[in-house]
Amino acid sequence: MYDAPFSEKNVTSNAVKIAADKVQVYYGDNHAIKDVSVQINDKMVTAFIGPSGCGKSTFLRCLNRMNDTIDICRVEGDIRIDGEDIYDKRVDPVQLRAKVGMVFQKPNPFPKSIYDNVAYGPRIHGLARNKAELDEIVEKSLRRGAIWDEVKDRLHAPGTGLSGGQQQRLCIARAVATEPEVLLMDEPCSALDPIATSQVEELIDELRQDYSVVIVTHSMQQAARVSQKTAFFHLGNLVEFDDTDKIFTNPQDPRTESYITGRIG
Amino acid sequence: MTDATATPTPAKTRKSLTSPDAHMEKRNAAEKRFKFYGIAAIGAGLFFLVVLLASILTNGLTAFQQTFIEVPVYLDPAKLDKKGNRDPEEMAKVSTFGYAPLLQNGIFAQVQEKGIDTPLAKSKDMKALVSASAAAQVRDRVLANPDLVGQTVKVSFLASSRVDGYLKDRVTRESVARDKNIDAEHLDLVDALRAEGLVEKRFNWAFITGADASESRPEQAGIGVSMIGSFFMMLVVLFLALPIGVAASIYLEEFAPQNRFTDLIEVNISNLAAVPSIVFGILGLAVFIQFMHLPQSAPIVGGLVLTLMTLPTIIISTRASLKSVPPSIRDAALGLGASKTQSVFQHVLPLAMPGILTGTIIGLAQALGETAPLLLIGMVGYIATNVPDGIAAGFLDPNSAMPAQIYEWAKRADPAYYERAWGGIIILLLFLFAMNAIAIILRRRFERRW
Repeated sequence: MYDAPFSEKNVTSNAVKIAADKVQVYYGDNHAIKDVSVQINDKMVTAFIGPSGCGKSTFLRCLNRMNDTIDICRVEGDIRIDGEDIYDKRVDPVQLRAKVGMVFQKPNPFPKSIYDNVAYGPRIHGLARNKAELDEIVEKSLRRGAIWDEVKDRLHAPGTGLSGGQQQRLCIARAVATEPEVLLMDEPCSALDPIATSQVEELIDELRQDYSVVIVTHSMQQAARVSQKTAFFHLGNLVEFDDTDKIFTNPQDPRTESYITGRIG
Repeated sequence: MTDATATPTPAKTRKSLTSPDAHMEKRNAAEKRFKFYGIAAIGAGLFFLVVLLASILTNGLTAFQQTFIEVPVYLDPAKLDKKGNRDPEEMAKVSTFGYAPLLQNGIFAQVQEKGIDTPLAKSKDMKALVSASAAAQVRDRVLANPDLVGQTVKVSFLASSRVDGYLKDRVTRESVARDKNIDAEHLDLVDALRAEGLVEKRFNWAFITGADASESRPEQAGIGVSMIGSFFMMLVVLFLALPIGVAASIYLEEFAPQNRFTDLIEVNISNLAAVPSIVFGILGLAVFIQFMHLPQSAPIVGGLVLTLMTLPTIIISTRASLKSVPPSIRDAALGLGASKTQSVFQHVLPLAMPGILTGTIIGLAQALGETAPLLLIGMVGYIATNVPDGIAAGFLDPNSAMPAQIYEWAKRADPAYYERAWGGIIILLLFLFAMNAIAIILRRRFERRW
């Protein structure tokens, strides 16, 4: 049996935050994402699952244009956030990424103090007018990252000195500090032990109150636990996209069923 | 599937783990052999290093000592100030030829006073003991203080290189038989004067601080002025190669698109690092001196040539250290909405700093020891006479550099220059050790902290 989602009751919004339509991604000659259309709701956790190399991370990185940093990568199709085409020529990806935060697979705090890690985003975006405001943002973000109590006495210790789970929560706090509207998480728990994983999962569920969260995961249990909607990718195709409950109990596509029962992947 | 087969597989012969089988022994032997080769190679390397250092030290340490003669000298007014009015301008007309006999008289007076038995019966016979530089030294002292004339002052001056060589066992009684400059009687006299404490070897600061000297007075030559030449060249290299090299590497590594053109640039930078340094010298001669008409033999030209030579080293090491910064740091910065420039300058560059600094210092150390290109732009030969006055002169006046000075000494005929060449090598090596030590300290200080 799969664990029950944390808080089914709070699924409130049906507003579409991100709408992707017929997205194609090519790495050189390799057609990595084929014709993917998906709608991601606000204030909801959407999970992308699928076997390794199926394109779920690639698709995730399209949503904040991180793929732009890869020279040979080419994206076609239409991705809209709040109705605005993010691949429009006038959109500056730097500005987009302030709105669409990202947490990576491996915890990657800057080799600076915990405080500076969190304060970096607000500083470059000019979110604080003075030191007091910045302190406030840092504290608020660390609280949102559920790590405040553990680090409040050593804000000026290096962020790299924390444990893996703490580092990942620090990275989440850092992403939250820039006040994004969407939070993308690329296998955020793959490098963490079960206890740290459950802490991060609880955190994700809380973050859903304010953000639209998209999480890529290898763990189907995790998808079942934290998400309200699940998309199953296979070989670059979006095979099935539906309510998480439905995907795990009553999948429509035989490939989805094979994957969640462990026969492919 | 795993159906049970009718015939069981033949049981393997059991072997004890405590006795190694033949194959294992072979593998162990191969490993031992390889370890032995490695140790032998390192041992040979260390042996040659010790031999090298020992030969440098035994040949070069003597250059730091020099033989001095110390005698009272009567500064005869009849010779130095014929009109007797102590007018410095009048006195400046007396050349060093007027002073040399006074020194000889000074020594001869001591010979007579101490009752030393020698067949050298004339004051003039003392000439072979005295360095040609001594008269100038006394003259400078008198002109600075004209009141000394008429007094007897104690003067410590350089002995001639033959006397110095005798005290250092370079000149022997056999070798002076073929030497027109000095006789065996002189050597006997030196022995006697030494016993009286008038001739002695002392630490020679002038070797470290002084200027080069002419072919005939090696005892006076020092490496100091060419050290200043090297210093000004290193300034040019540091202030040109570091910013240009680091900027080029950052652009190539972080911003440039990956295409044929950047590949071509990349390959050519690697090739430039392998170009013989003398080629850079000829390029410098053609471009900086013949085309741009910069002064010949000047440290600024030497610095420009060495900059060209050092740039590839700095670019390659900077790019390597930029590459070694984990991409996750760049992702983290970009993911937060930092621009490319912010991510590079605020996150990547600080982490790459230790590697960049190390590469730069190694490049500088290389440039400091480079001789070949300097030959072509005229930074060799008997150039330096004085310490340059002022910074502009330091860049623009003809000078030499330490390795070029060593090369110059090594090819001079007088064997007394031989020890000075080795002594120069010791000083150059000290600089290189110091620079490498700085590189190590900086690397430790900025060690990566993730």
